[in-house]
Amino acid sequence: MNILTHSPHAHARVSIHKVMITVMAALAPATLFSFWLYGWPAVNLWSVSLISAILAEALVLRLQERAVRPALMDGSGILTAWLLALSLPPYAPWWIAALGSVFAVVIGKQIFGGLGQNVFNPAMAARVMLLISFPLEITTWVPPAPPGSPQAQGILESLRITFFSQPLDGMASASLLGHVKTEFTRGIGVEQALAGHFAPLDALWGSRAGSLGETAALLLLVGGLFLIARRIITWQAPVAMLLGVAIPALIFNHIDGNHYAGPLLHLLSGGLMLGAFFIITDPVTSPNTPLGQFIFGLGCGLLTWIIRTWGAYPEGVAFAVLLMNAFTPLIDMYFKPRIYGRDRKGTALPVNKGA
Amino acid sequence: MTLLEKCFPKLRGGVHPEGRKELSAECPIRPMPLSRRLYLPLQQHIGAPATTLVNIGDQVLKGQLIAAAQGNVSAPVHAPTSGLITALGDHVSPHPSGLPVATITLESDGKDEWIATECCDDPFTLEPEVIAARVAAAGIVGLGGATFPAALKLNLSRNSGVQILIINGGECEPYLTCDDRIMRERATEIVAGIRLIALAVAATKVLIGIEDNKPEAIAAMQAATHDTQVSVVVMPSMYPMGSEKQIIQVLTGREIPAGGRPADIGVLVHNVATAFAVQQAIFLGRPLISRLVTISGGAIKTPCNVEALIGTPVQELIDLAGGYAEPVARMVLGGPMMGQQIIRTDVPVIKGTSGILALTAAEIGQSDSSPCIRCSTCVRACPIGLLPLEMAAHIRATDLAGAVTLGLRDCISCGSCSYVCPAHIPLVHFFNYAKGELAAQERSKLKQEATKKLAEARTERIERIERERAEAMAKRKAAREAKARAAQEEAEKAAEQTATETT
Repeated sequence: MNILTHSPHAHARVSIHKVMITVMAALAPATLFSFWLYGWPAVNLWSVSLISAILAEALVLRLQERAVRPALMDGSGILTAWLLALSLPPYAPWWIAALGSVFAVVIGKQIFGGLGQNVFNPAMAARVMLLISFPLEITTWVPPAPPGSPQAQGILESLRITFFSQPLDGMASASLLGHVKTEFTRGIGVEQALAGHFAPLDALWGSRAGSLGETAALLLLVGGLFLIARRIITWQAPVAMLLGVAIPALIFNHIDGNHYAGPLLHLLSGGLMLGAFFIITDPVTSPNTPLGQFIFGLGCGLLTWIIRTWGAYPEGVAFAVLLMNAFTPLIDMYFKPRIYGRDRKGTALPVNKGA
Repeated sequence: MTLLEKCFPKLRGGVHPEGRKELSAECPIRPMPLSRRLYLPLQQHIGAPATTLVNIGDQVLKGQLIAAAQGNVSAPVHAPTSGLITALGDHVSPHPSGLPVATITLESDGKDEWIATECCDDPFTLEPEVIAARVAAAGIVGLGGATFPAALKLNLSRNSGVQILIINGGECEPYLTCDDRIMRERATEIVAGIRLIALAVAATKVLIGIEDNKPEAIAAMQAATHDTQVSVVVMPSMYPMGSEKQIIQVLTGREIPAGGRPADIGVLVHNVATAFAVQQAIFLGRPLISRLVTISGGAIKTPCNVEALIGTPVQELIDLAGGYAEPVARMVLGGPMMGQQIIRTDVPVIKGTSGILALTAAEIGQSDSSPCIRCSTCVRACPIGLLPLEMAAHIRATDLAGAVTLGLRDCISCGSCSYVCPAHIPLVHFFNYAKGELAAQERSKLKQEATKKLAEARTERIERIERERAEAMAKRKAAREAKARAAQEEAEKAAEQTATETT
């Protein structure tokens, strides 16, 4: 009672820990669905990601002589590893997940000074590192194999896939965007390439080859809307990113439907939903005003579409996010709220005694 | 201001803290038993402290002037009851520091005997200057918590021409219900006071802003303002709706220019309790010697609203409310959002004390702060449009100039940002620290300039004296030399003469 404290003497019932837990809860449906879709290998990969992130963070904090418990308890490292795991191919070997998680937590976050200090989204930085360093492992997709299907893997089989790099002969498949890109380079148009490959309803539910958690567009959308409803994230960045992809896709598809894929394919494939609702809403690496967040999201969307359409890679969310992260300080500098009693430039409003 | 903001004036940002007004809202105003000893600090307002007019051993009557206003910005202090002046000197202040301040101690004689008061039969025929003068003489200050001398605001507003008078019945601070109660129970007096204030500043439009969480107060005020030019405006409940800048924005759509006053845009804002005090002063000739105080908080046994004499020790009010029911984690004077923590309960109730809160640990929700995750919840909560997270980062790096560029001087210290911060960073603490530091820097700069001026004046003076002395010496020397020369010439002449004479 004798410790003096400044006002306010009340506090909203919020904490960083609670924020992170809510985000994890929003991710849970899509994650569980992906476990069902891809079976035990997906569970293994997800577990390896989380465990290596926790161990790496604890070690680094110990080396920095900082308190381990509070930094681990905020849950940010676990969330980063979770997001990374969702962006990996479900049958990827264990060391991909471990290396990615360690990179995300140590290089992506702690080297900058820990939570709140990093410039780039740690999960996306790790994914880009993996994509550039191990292109084969990170682009070997498999079609969904839910329990009961002939391709479904048992626990033992799954351990062999994850930990002993059992060859995936005859199982490998291309992701939708990868398929379109490959076919296009062979001179086959989008419409032809998609025939029999793209059914919007399947894409919505995620029944197609892709990353662990990014295929269930609908569940990710529901999770994202839940976060908006709980005021953990704001609508500006996600909506802007979806618009940033959909608008150019619509225009170009209208001009040349055989060369450019339509908005529905773009919106429902790749990591767009995951990116729009869970990656670019990372508070640390995104701008801090509503307008700034909208511009940031729009930039992420446009870059994603540009990379998907004209770049060498079939998917561009991770690159787009990293590029826009670099613009965040600039956006923050130019887009500030208007201060009460001042105009946009910061000069005081004129004295006006008249009615 | 954009067109949209002009057409639909509303509060930007803001927060919805738990109201907790139900604890004391239904408790009618209780009288306070006469205290044996009252402590009256000379400084209960913004401005210069009052100067004592009494001596130890003096017998005073209730309402008697015991300390006079000093300087332009100040307010007098009156005896809240009849009795004996027993001490003039330091007593612990109702401030977090608990430092002693100059205080008059009055021992009550139990008779509560009024001094002869000057009643006014038809106050509405009074000249505006006379109203302002009587308000000044009654020692009335802003009772919403700012404690700025009320008469000064009346004079400033009259001189600069105010059209809109806003009466603040917002009471947006959680827990506090004293304004709610005064509106419910003393609406007629308040409206009379409002009309006097409007008369004193020649306002053409009078608006009473009340938050929609006080339906009874709204009904009472609407009934009392029937057939008058005064209109009641219902505002949404949101913190900080009762802040001067915000209530003006919501009720008129105007914004006070940065660094300006409400009068700059033709507006004057007074609190409902201030209007009541004005009515008491003009109609009954009674100075400000008591106020309504809400005693509440989860640790108080029976939260209530009391009318307490200024100078009553806080502990006696807590005793009246039945003492504590639960362990107290923090004692606060005022509301939880902007009130000040106190560490002792022997401090007196002063003119600005709107509430006494004994809060439990669960209510204050204190937690260690963690790093900022730039979630910008504070940006969305700020009613001014500032970037609290950026300002705090600059202040943490001792870059005060950077914080000022971001708008530190526009911050109203409402606490909305601290309240919502998930990392529990004490943002307002940073800002108030920085404001204090800036004020100290400005003071020391002024001091340096004054010292420099004095030093320059001294050097000039010394030089002048040296010069004058040198001149005087030169003059004297010249005179001496001339004298010597004259004497020599004289001697030579004499010698010559002698020589001629001898030859």
